[in-house]
Amino acid sequence: MLIYTIRRLLISIPTLLFIAFVIFMLLELAPGDPMAQMPLTIPPEVKEKMRLALGLGEPWWVRFPLWLKQFFIVEPQYWIDNAFGTNFADGAQRIISFQSRSPVFDVIAERMPQTLWVVGMSYVVGVLIALPIGIISAYRQYSVFDQAGTFVSMIGFSVPPFFSGVLLIVIFSVQLKWLPSIYDTTHVVTDWDSFVFQLRQMIMPVMVLALQTTAQVSRYMRASMLDNLGQDYVRTARAKGMSESVVVLKHVLRNSMIPVITVIALGIPSIFGGAIITEQIFKVNGLGQLLIIALQGSDIPMVMTITFLLAVLIVMMNLIADVLYGILDPRIRYD
Amino acid sequence: MTDATLNTMEKPRNQWWDVWDQFKTHKGAVAGLVFLIFITLFVTIGPIIWDVDPGKLNIRNKNLRPIYMALFDSEAKTAWANPMGTDNLGRDIMANIMQGGRISLAVGWTAMILSVFLGTLIGVLAGYFKRLDGLLMRFTDLVLALPLLPLLLVMMLLFRDPLRAAFGPENGIFILIVVGIGITSWMQTARIVRGDVMALKEREFVLAARSIGTPSRRMITRHLLPNVLSPILVSATLGLATAIITESALSFLGLGFPSDFPTWGKILFDSVDRMTQFPERVLWPGLAISLTVLSVNYIGDGLRDALDPRIRGQ
Repeated sequence: MLIYTIRRLLISIPTLLFIAFVIFMLLELAPGDPMAQMPLTIPPEVKEKMRLALGLGEPWWVRFPLWLKQFFIVEPQYWIDNAFGTNFADGAQRIISFQSRSPVFDVIAERMPQTLWVVGMSYVVGVLIALPIGIISAYRQYSVFDQAGTFVSMIGFSVPPFFSGVLLIVIFSVQLKWLPSIYDTTHVVTDWDSFVFQLRQMIMPVMVLALQTTAQVSRYMRASMLDNLGQDYVRTARAKGMSESVVVLKHVLRNSMIPVITVIALGIPSIFGGAIITEQIFKVNGLGQLLIIALQGSDIPMVMTITFLLAVLIVMMNLIADVLYGILDPRIRYD
Repeated sequence: MTDATLNTMEKPRNQWWDVWDQFKTHKGAVAGLVFLIFITLFVTIGPIIWDVDPGKLNIRNKNLRPIYMALFDSEAKTAWANPMGTDNLGRDIMANIMQGGRISLAVGWTAMILSVFLGTLIGVLAGYFKRLDGLLMRFTDLVLALPLLPLLLVMMLLFRDPLRAAFGPENGIFILIVVGIGITSWMQTARIVRGDVMALKEREFVLAARSIGTPSRRMITRHLLPNVLSPILVSATLGLATAIITESALSFLGLGFPSDFPTWGKILFDSVDRMTQFPERVLWPGLAISLTVLSVNYIGDGLRDALDPRIRGQ
């Protein structure tokens, strides 16, 4: 298992390099120009100087390795320096945003908590709702509950987050005036009242994202439970006189969780993608909003770094899912 | 054999009738099909009957509410000439929803056809030709590891202007969105088709066909493709649903069609600012997207059961 993990880690290095190259070349080949937004009155020679100042003067085979060096060597050095007070980086050039002229990673670090709170919370809530629905749906297959569960997950698949979010705002903020429609990220939880406020403003974004997760995970949970409920070992367990709750919640559930856990791990990157839209609706100033702003301002280093970080997340989650599958299910041998 | 037995023998039936019979038993799928036909007719034939220019401004009659609002609120400004109301520039909302639906559905169908074509091509090539398998599947895995929504947004932003210059503002964006969605959603189809082709390749009928000297090209078109048609059809319905959602999401993020060119996602996006006063403007396009996608998903569900010979006929 360890050898398999190491091999997968080694394979993921060229994969990530290739992905970085694809993103870089897409941004490079595209005719969009970071100087396009500048006023037309700027003389061409000044424009050329500005272009050089942004580091766009060099050809791509110089800039791409430079970006890689900054991402994989310089940025971790700064991170270590900050954490332990050392001086590895020695003033080396960091990845600088075109728009704010501050290091890209500082901006990302500012935005990360908001996104992690909303996205992480919604994923946990979504999974916690999905698991019981999946279990009961499978145990009482074709019952009213199962039909309702199927319908709810169909809705989760079909209603896009930008409609469910807007619909929730119309109902709960506009008509009923129960919940705030804008997520206030400057809000600090100090006492009970501010905690309640935080809870109230989180309900809608979290539920919108959780609906998508619930739809997916509950389907997988149901299918996996159904597979296992028909197995011989379940009949044996019942024949031994075990109580129904032990049979279902101990024997069947444990075995059914194996594929579901990998699905949960694989779903994490896509929920970050979904957060791009949800953050736009509820005006959360998280990573998704940062990406949209960077895109609109042709802020190439920022777009490149955020997109690549998402790619790293996808590759890592794929790896974790495969390794977990091998650890949880002893029948699976990779080597 | 007597005449009587001949008469009781059923006529040979096309297998698609069996599929249809099974499909009919799935209530959700039938309802989905009915709704999809209805919405398609609504956006194609609708503009012929409801002959109002969706782009025509009529400032005098701006911000009309839908006529049903008169039931709840006698003060509400309504007019029979605009049954679903008008927007802040006085454009008729019903005409806009029809026009927007045309574009959303056209983008959905074209992008789905492109992605299914690409997926089938790559899947068949990888499954049939052993030499290409490793390369193509490694490539598929790589594309699956790309963060697709951000990349799609990048493509929208960067290739927008040159394509608009080359093909005109509407066609340029149409091509961009269709190609963008097509090349970011073929991977699942390719994987499924590859798996099925590899299993089919080992069957006796393929061996028989090869033994009489069938060339690869005819082997694929004649023997393999008809047998992988059912998974392709099912993934096509899923592809249609995701294509419609992706197009609306792009429009919603302001990176889709230009603002004078309505699609369902665009109308929804434009209405969000005024949704406190006019919630119906958000509701109609959102419902149109959601119900269309829901019906397509149900059709896919029914099709999956109907095309599976193990379930069919039970």
